[in-house]
Amino acid sequence: MANAPASTARATATTGAGEARKAAAGDAAARPGEPRRDRRSKRERQGAAWVFLSPWVLGASVLTLLPMAVSLYLSFTDYNLFDPPSWIGLRNYVQMFTEDPRLLRSVGNTLLYVLFAVPLQLALALTVAVALKSMRRGRNFYRSAFYAPSLLGASMSIALVWRAIFNDGGTVDNLLAGVGLDMGGWVNKPGWALLSVALLTVWQFGAPMVIFLAGLQQIPQDLYEAAAVDGAGRWRQFASITLPMLSPVLFFNLVLQTIQAFQVFTPAYAVSGGRGGPADSTLFYTLYLYDRGFTASHMGYASAMAWVLLVAIGIVTAVLFRTSRSWVFYANEEVR
Amino acid sequence: MSATTAAGRRRPVNWPRVALHAGALAVLVVLLYPLAWLVATSFKPADEVLASLALLPSRLATENYGTAAEGIEGVTLLQLFGNSLTISLGAVLGNVLSCSLAAYAFARLRFTMRGPLFAFMIATIMLPHHAVLIPQYIVFNQLGMVNTFWPMVLPKFLATDAFFVFLIVQFMRGLPRELDEAAKIDGCGPFGTFVRVVLPLTRPALITTAIFTFIWTWNDFFTQLIYLFEPDKYTLTLALRTFVDTSSQSAYGPMFAMSVFALLPIVLFFLAFQRLLVEGMANSGLKG
Repeated sequence: MANAPASTARATATTGAGEARKAAAGDAAARPGEPRRDRRSKRERQGAAWVFLSPWVLGASVLTLLPMAVSLYLSFTDYNLFDPPSWIGLRNYVQMFTEDPRLLRSVGNTLLYVLFAVPLQLALALTVAVALKSMRRGRNFYRSAFYAPSLLGASMSIALVWRAIFNDGGTVDNLLAGVGLDMGGWVNKPGWALLSVALLTVWQFGAPMVIFLAGLQQIPQDLYEAAAVDGAGRWRQFASITLPMLSPVLFFNLVLQTIQAFQVFTPAYAVSGGRGGPADSTLFYTLYLYDRGFTASHMGYASAMAWVLLVAIGIVTAVLFRTSRSWVFYANEEVR
Repeated sequence: MSATTAAGRRRPVNWPRVALHAGALAVLVVLLYPLAWLVATSFKPADEVLASLALLPSRLATENYGTAAEGIEGVTLLQLFGNSLTISLGAVLGNVLSCSLAAYAFARLRFTMRGPLFAFMIATIMLPHHAVLIPQYIVFNQLGMVNTFWPMVLPKFLATDAFFVFLIVQFMRGLPRELDEAAKIDGCGPFGTFVRVVLPLTRPALITTAIFTFIWTWNDFFTQLIYLFEPDKYTLTLALRTFVDTSSQSAYGPMFAMSVFALLPIVLFFLAFQRLLVEGMANSGLKG
């Protein structure tokens, strides 16, 4: 699981730059009368910073920036890992969107999954967080217990359990048969198999729930007291205080979970038996990327797929940030 | 309020509160059911997996664990466990070292381009792994490191998990700067200050980093699937993968016995450090 503290990230990035500017101004002011020895120690400190940073600089350039550039180049080539790559221009991209029905299928599956799993997971997380906040005893116990699936859910073990529970003769099949819905297991039915993967994501609502709860606990209590004096009921308080005050956290969770959902792999692999079945209905984008690159050895094509994913995630994130201006409310911007 | 009721009379039942607890318990049961099912099935005799709907087995089929211990394809469970452990501990060491070094520079030291570099570091947190996957594979292939543990461990020593750099930066920013000043007056350079003053105080963030790294590396499937292909290099995750396409439910007992084994370290870490893990997750969205 890669975590992306997005809203916080933006805030700290700007403070970081601000501090750096302030520091630079301080340096300039101090410089004229400053003894030479001090200036040298300042340069030494610069050097020290780069020593501390060197592993990160090496990793960021050799394992992040350079590979990104290389994969962009490879996306314009035909490359099978053994023969040198041959330049074919935009053909990979053209093929993706015009000649590859499986790819379009995988895009559709992934979008459907993201649109279903993320809102459901966040709605459940928010509901449970609000309920837990009003709880006086047992809150910490439930918070920990509900969080546990978020640590376990990414494992192959749980993915296999999921496949068994939603298989023919599994718990879900039996429960539904018990109420007269004899539909068999979900993992063999197109459409339902995707839903079972989405439910595994919903099962892991604990991580965003913990973040919601922490956000709820930071809302000043006197806001609610004032609203109660003014005669606002519970729903009114939720809509007019809780939701606006919590919107930065909601936004953070939304960005984080959406980016993660686009990259889901292990549960899709396990539930679909490693092939995206039945009838490509759980062929997620990442599963197809793995299939093209590492099973079929079309590294150029897989690189093009990776870049399309990168751009798609970038666009979705940008759109979320753009819309956030109209619904995310930063309290300290208004007041201070 | 119940406090105002006259002594001797029974307190009125607080129905909303009861409903709240009942709801929480119901959620708990649904959440824990898959885990209970996993443990129960790992103890079920082969003929009971399908035939019996009861969660509890009629007898404890410990032979499932015996079969699981034999491992797969001639590799014992112990060796699979050892491989998973080697990779995970290597990743923990790498992340704790490299991320704390980078975090100290970002949190405490002044250098040109600090703002832009910090912003770039944050941006890489959101970068999908797939964008760098194939070139990284080519590099590790050229270096002859495919089918070794290096591709899982080496990147961690180069602070590629930017999330943890960010986590430690946030923590270090909360430490009083006076301590740094005091260390400087006592003659400590940046290195001395880091090792003697800052690092010891950063311990909670380092432990959080270590545990999350361990759990995520232990659970990781995609990277191991790509890089490890010979059975003697298999991890528990890869061994479990070989069960994915077997539809025969007679393999359920041993397969889920192995799954229990694979989840055990995570469950133990969770029980031991739940407070720290939950707080670490809660803070990731708020501080700053």
